[in-house]
Amino acid sequence: MRKIVDLEEGLELVQKGITKLTNILEGRAEPSFITDECMMLYTTIFNIASRNYPHDHSQLLYDKYRELLEEYLTSEALPALSEKYDEFMLLELVHRWKNYKVMVRWLTHFFFYINRYYIPRRSLTPLAEVGLNCFRQLVYQVLKDKVRDAVISLINRERDGEQVDKTLLKNVLNIFVEIGSGKTHYYETDFEAHMLRETSTYYSQKASIWIVEYSCPDYMFKAEECLKREKDRVLHYLHEISKPKLLQHVTAELTVLMKQAEDAASNKKVLVRSVIELNAKYLAVSNDCFQNKSPLRKPLKEVFEVFCNKGFSGNSCVELLATFCDHTLKKGGTKNSSEAVEETIEKTKDSSYGDITTLSQTVKLLAYINDKDLFAEFHRKKLARRLLFDRSAHDDSERSMLKKLNQQFGWQVTWKMEGMVTDMTLAREIQSSFQEYLKSNRQENPGTDLSVTVLTTRFWPGYKSHDLNLPSELIKCVQAFKIFYETTSSRRKLTWLYSLGSCIINAKFGERTIELIVTTHHAAVLMLFNSADRLGYSEIKSQVGLTDDEVTILLHSLSCARYKILNKEPNSQTISRTDYFEFNSEFTEEMKRIKISRPRVDERNKVIQDVDKDREYAIDAAIVRIMKNRNVIVYQQLVVECMEHLKHVFKPDIKAIKKRIEALITREYLERDQMNPSIFRYVA
Amino acid sequence: MRRSSTRKTGSALPVNPSSGSSDTYRSASSKAVSKEVERIDNLFYAYADASSGLIDPEGIESFCSDLEVDYTDVRILMLAWKMKAEKQGYFTLEEWRRGLKALHADTISKLKKSLSELEKEVARPTNFSDFYSYSFRYCLTEDKQKCIDIESACELLDLVLGFQFRPQVDKLVEYLKHQRDYKVINMDQWTSFLRFCNEINFPSLDNYDAELAWPLILDNFVEWIREKQS
Repeated sequence: MRKIVDLEEGLELVQKGITKLTNILEGRAEPSFITDECMMLYTTIFNIASRNYPHDHSQLLYDKYRELLEEYLTSEALPALSEKYDEFMLLELVHRWKNYKVMVRWLTHFFFYINRYYIPRRSLTPLAEVGLNCFRQLVYQVLKDKVRDAVISLINRERDGEQVDKTLLKNVLNIFVEIGSGKTHYYETDFEAHMLRETSTYYSQKASIWIVEYSCPDYMFKAEECLKREKDRVLHYLHEISKPKLLQHVTAELTVLMKQAEDAASNKKVLVRSVIELNAKYLAVSNDCFQNKSPLRKPLKEVFEVFCNKGFSGNSCVELLATFCDHTLKKGGTKNSSEAVEETIEKTKDSSYGDITTLSQTVKLLAYINDKDLFAEFHRKKLARRLLFDRSAHDDSERSMLKKLNQQFGWQVTWKMEGMVTDMTLAREIQSSFQEYLKSNRQENPGTDLSVTVLTTRFWPGYKSHDLNLPSELIKCVQAFKIFYETTSSRRKLTWLYSLGSCIINAKFGERTIELIVTTHHAAVLMLFNSADRLGYSEIKSQVGLTDDEVTILLHSLSCARYKILNKEPNSQTISRTDYFEFNSEFTEEMKRIKISRPRVDERNKVIQDVDKDREYAIDAAIVRIMKNRNVIVYQQLVVECMEHLKHVFKPDIKAIKKRIEALITREYLERDQMNPSIFRYVA
Repeated sequence: MRRSSTRKTGSALPVNPSSGSSDTYRSASSKAVSKEVERIDNLFYAYADASSGLIDPEGIESFCSDLEVDYTDVRILMLAWKMKAEKQGYFTLEEWRRGLKALHADTISKLKKSLSELEKEVARPTNFSDFYSYSFRYCLTEDKQKCIDIESACELLDLVLGFQFRPQVDKLVEYLKHQRDYKVINMDQWTSFLRFCNEINFPSLDNYDAELAWPLILDNFVEWIREKQS
């Protein structure tokens, strides 16, 4: 039956329908729609839209649609949402959104007619989209920040170990996506950006706590775990578009701390021990951590390498490590050292760490150092001093350290040092034989107790031998030993290193005798005063036979330092060639025995020089070996292979390689190809 | 019949193998040839030292003054190149003959005229790199010498490359005198200088890549320029 529908009537009917729908959605007592009712609503709209010619109320209906939705939202949804907070608000939101979608769907059905004809004709926004826009404007835009914060807070609680409603989070975050008609624009801008920032903050805080609490291996396990959880987060509720960004942020935060730790250590003037401790803690490597394909592996490895090859307050890390080893291997050493030893024992007890000792940690650290040969040379120099001046804690620990170095770097690095340690044992045997020899050949006894350490030249660092004029007592000693030594092996030549020797001299100061422990060079100077009261600088120099530098240092330590064995005229703090010296018989000292220490030797420059020279030879040898093998090779390939050949010992500088290539070209080991200047040939 | 020998006091007349069949023709052309050879030889002996049979530095000096060319002039070096002269400061008869024959010059005046042609010939790219390498080897005066000292290298660069690559040469010479790493230059480095001038934009140096196989001395040179510029 066709009826001219009265607009007012029609709209009233629609309103009633909406009210019913609302009631149903709100869970109020309301019977559900029957088909007839739906049909009626649809028809009403149809009639209003199509039958009121010449009045076309489609526009009105279009606007009404929107009004109805807005009213629904404003009267029902918003109030409900505004009185709730946090998780409850989120629950309400999900509920509201669900209902709203139903509302929109039903209304769109009812208003289908205008959707089908009027809207396309006028190119208006389709009804579903209008519905979306309403929600977005009235609800989403108002609440989005609160929602976002609530979500992030739940995420953080989950990170802290709480169980949270993942489905809820998923549903909420879906809204962010749906509100953008399936595109992630709103999700990214209104949620993700903030979430990533918060994530960074979260991990930055955690990292600074963990880095103090955990040992390095544990820290890394923890970091791995975090990454895994974040990945799961993406699976469970975050949109997959967040995955790469999230992981990147987390990794960055966890590794930044490592870098900061290293920076902090390098900016302060910290004692060697503390620096190494700090870093041994952070940087001790657990092989497990590095063997798996964690995304952390690469950034952490880079951090280690940068740290290990950086300098600290003017010292290179290499030298620091060598000094650290020196301290650890010394007798007694500092208080810290004994703590280290204890720590060592503790760690070995704790089976979860396996056999990680402090020295082990250090050796593993060396894997990241480019200048391994430099470390080895420093270590060798310091080992020599420990062995020669009897400062080594224990032979076994020296050997153990060398064994570790051997395992890591091969015999080329350690053979000399092993020779040195063996030499000490042999030297003791020779000394015993010497004592025996003197007992059975009393006439050969020089009258002074003599102890000689015989070193095999090629193992030990180069020491200068001086033309020291020995006091007669010592000449006798040297002679006696020479004769003895010739009985053991006539083919070997002995070169005496007096600068390394020491003497115990009984000095009579008035009534009191004090034992002076001095170097042989010192002794040579002091003994001069047995036959002369007063000596000038030049006389001393010519009698002793040393250089000006050496004489100056000696005289300074005897007359201007802590123990004034000699009096100097004039009584200034510097030695000059016009000074005169006298034995200070007034010298007093409580101790019965005093030591005049050895002059400080800065080995650093010499070590660097020696290593540089060795490197030149090593690079030459590597290049020749490669060229012999390949015959023809492209320059870049030659460089790569050269570095590969040498990487166990040091990382050659590219300029250094080029320089050696130049030298080898001059020496006609290789030549550049005529046609292609990037190619080199071996010259047989 | 050609005999290979380094120094000849007498000479076997070179026979033109592609000459015609008849004796008269052959004798006529060979007569002309032999006249030329005779003049060339006479010219040689005019400057040669009687006892050694070679033109020595003194002889070269007077030769140059006759030629009205300074003996440090690059054209004398070019002449040496044409002669394939082995020892700096000396010309052998064979070398002399080789050079003058190639230039078709048997008198001083003809020789003078031929010099500009010679310059053009040397300037051709294929010849130039050969000439350039030759000039280095020519400076290796001692037996087994492989390198030339920096001072000589600078002079040689100026002489040989100065005309074509003035700005590069000036800068390079400045650098070589200033640096302390190198006291001598080897052949490889020498060759690379020419390659540098030919290939690298100057003074921008924008296409110089130190990662390539350029000798280190040039890497350092470029670094030095760039540091000065900044």
